[in-house]
Amino acid sequence: MSREMTGAEMVVQTLIDQGVTTLFGYPGGAVLPIYDALFQQDSVKHVLVRHEQGAVHAAEGYARSSGKVGVVLVTSGPGATNAVTGLTDALMDSIPLVCFTGQVPTHLIGSDAFQEADTVGITRHCTKHNYLVKSIEDLPRILHEAFYVAQNGRPGPVVIDIPKDIQFKSGKYEKPRDNQHKTYRPQIKGDLSKIKAAVEMIAQAKRPVFYTGGGVINAGPHAAQLLRELVRATGYPITSTLMGLGAYPAHDQQWLGMLGMHGTYEANLAMHGCDLMVNIGARFDDRITGRIDAFSPGSKKIHIDIDPSSINKNVKVDIGIVGDCAHVLEDMVRLWKDVAGQVDKPAIKAWWLQIEGWRARKSLAYKNSSDVIKPQYALERLEALTKDRKRFITTEVGQHQMWAAQYLHFDEPNRWMTSGGLGTMGYGLPAAVGVQLAHPKDLVVCVAGEASVLMNMQEMSTAAQYRLPIKIFILNNEYMGMVRQWQELLHGGRYSESYSAALPDFVKLAEAYHAKGIRCDDPAKLDAAIMEMIDYPGPVIFDCLVAKEENCFPMIPSGKAHNEMILPDFEGDTGEIIDAKGKQLV
Amino acid sequence: MTQSQSAYFLSDAQPPTRRHTVAVIVDNEPGVLARIAGMFSGRGYNIESLTVSETEHEKHVSRITIVTTGTEKVIEQIKTQLDRLVPVHRVVDLTVQGEALERELCLVKVRGKGDTRVEALRLAGAFGAHTLDATLNSFVFELTGTTEEVERFIRLMGAVGLVEVSRTGIAAMSRGAEGMLEAALPDGAQGR
Repeated sequence: MSREMTGAEMVVQTLIDQGVTTLFGYPGGAVLPIYDALFQQDSVKHVLVRHEQGAVHAAEGYARSSGKVGVVLVTSGPGATNAVTGLTDALMDSIPLVCFTGQVPTHLIGSDAFQEADTVGITRHCTKHNYLVKSIEDLPRILHEAFYVAQNGRPGPVVIDIPKDIQFKSGKYEKPRDNQHKTYRPQIKGDLSKIKAAVEMIAQAKRPVFYTGGGVINAGPHAAQLLRELVRATGYPITSTLMGLGAYPAHDQQWLGMLGMHGTYEANLAMHGCDLMVNIGARFDDRITGRIDAFSPGSKKIHIDIDPSSINKNVKVDIGIVGDCAHVLEDMVRLWKDVAGQVDKPAIKAWWLQIEGWRARKSLAYKNSSDVIKPQYALERLEALTKDRKRFITTEVGQHQMWAAQYLHFDEPNRWMTSGGLGTMGYGLPAAVGVQLAHPKDLVVCVAGEASVLMNMQEMSTAAQYRLPIKIFILNNEYMGMVRQWQELLHGGRYSESYSAALPDFVKLAEAYHAKGIRCDDPAKLDAAIMEMIDYPGPVIFDCLVAKEENCFPMIPSGKAHNEMILPDFEGDTGEIIDAKGKQLV
Repeated sequence: MTQSQSAYFLSDAQPPTRRHTVAVIVDNEPGVLARIAGMFSGRGYNIESLTVSETEHEKHVSRITIVTTGTEKVIEQIKTQLDRLVPVHRVVDLTVQGEALERELCLVKVRGKGDTRVEALRLAGAFGAHTLDATLNSFVFELTGTTEEVERFIRLMGAVGLVEVSRTGIAAMSRGAEGMLEAALPDGAQGR
């Protein structure tokens, strides 16, 4: 059944029909009709951000913590260009978003009109797909198609650019129908013969490792459940990328911790020394592989991914299975029962013994201090004092992000929101806003650095407006810590522009944003201060003054392989670790 | 040989590259060509020739023929990257399918008098080119053929007063009875 309504009303009706309850946006001239339609209804809650980048990151946080599509509404020109960083972030991390952008009226397009930008041109490279709506007849189809494209296959951001005259025009609206998309039909079920071959290969492995990523999280909680079943049934070790944390419980014995540039010794050496690597929903990113020609040289590799272009892109694999992780895992769990008897138990036992040896190296150990708060200690205390609550963590980007990944432990999927692929400083605070809106009653902590958090600090105002009790836990070392660390390792300790000079007083800043400010620089008082933060019923900025020149270890230096890690008890000249060749790499 | 300075590829070895002709069926929606060309430029792939035109007007379907050169790995990436674009119906590697038919059309303007003029007309006749336009001191020839034929023709015309060349780029099709949309699906792809 179709109804007559304006383009602006169609946008709002689509949100209702697609089950959207929250959207993030910022008004402007070219979207006024949509804002007017929003004003006249109560089904969809609009959250007013303070910058369009914040809107997109908030929608990302909302989407990642809830499994729903994040929705953004911004105006033309600067509204759209400000959203670009967030859209790129969502593309890199495969987060489903629909972003509506206003556009100047159709007859003005191309005339360099006020607040005109070629939004579809600009966002073509940073979205999964985008649309410019040129007639009201196309609008209902495009609106529903955008939600389909954002969620199906490898998820990603979709932009719909709607000229203002189209928002005013009347046309026939139809509810979404369950019909197949004309061209975009991603493969969901994996090829059964390949899955069989993979399961047999898994059963015959002597030194296997599971390497899982964000694809498992994106495939839904059911996929994480199936992953647990499969991994436990095999008894094999498992590690995960930054994006995949929480899919497998971090407190489990089979868990090796995160892998990659700042991963644990046991995870990286297991990757290096394995004879079979089972990649489920990860993409052999360069932060994972390190030096690619020395990456896991003796192993066969199985790769499960919903995106066919991920397979054999960076690393050649022996079996590539295209499909949704949940569907493929379901088949694997079922088929495992037939082959479980073939497992070479003595070999697996010997492999575990070797891994336990690496684990005993305690690569996350650090020298604590009673005078100054070590960032690792701050996060260990945050973990200890919050682990029993339903807790969501977002992060900014840098040393604090890696420490959070190392020292906070996740037993459930969708609890960890961090900018992985793009590495966007300024992600964490707005993402926390989005997470808190999706989970109003739960504890949401943004682990931040003092430099990153300033990039989208204005979103504290959003938190204040909607009374969101987010906790911004700043590990303040007065440096862009990761930049400083690389300058120490690569550039002779010449700290070019990486000192955070003229920092605001974060306690006063919190108060200016109607929030509570807490400062702590004494390890003995840290627990009480963290409890004060958790117990406060509103937003808090916690200025945790930490050791200034702590390095984030373990680390695989650039240009090195997994078995050439720097460990925290490294004693020597850090400036000599990376050779001339490595210094050229990112 | 200098060491690669990229974190993504550290090997000095240059694996062999090959020329492939890829046919892509797309929905003829605004921006589809920019999307495809942008994917090539954004990921650093080559386009040697690109031909595009609507083939089924009522269904708004266009056929794009792309000639590209790359290592086996790059060619595989190009195909999967093309296939995941939303408006793409189907991607077929005509080079993998076998000896595909490839033709391009060129228009060539030559100017000259006397013997050169006679020679130009004689050469055009030998190549089977059509004369589309003639004046007392010029010709415009049309030649359809393989890229090699077209290039040989243009090279020869250079000696007899070549003024201007316009080429269409390659249109290609597989041999035999089978249509492109019926061809066996590539590994991992689903029918559309």
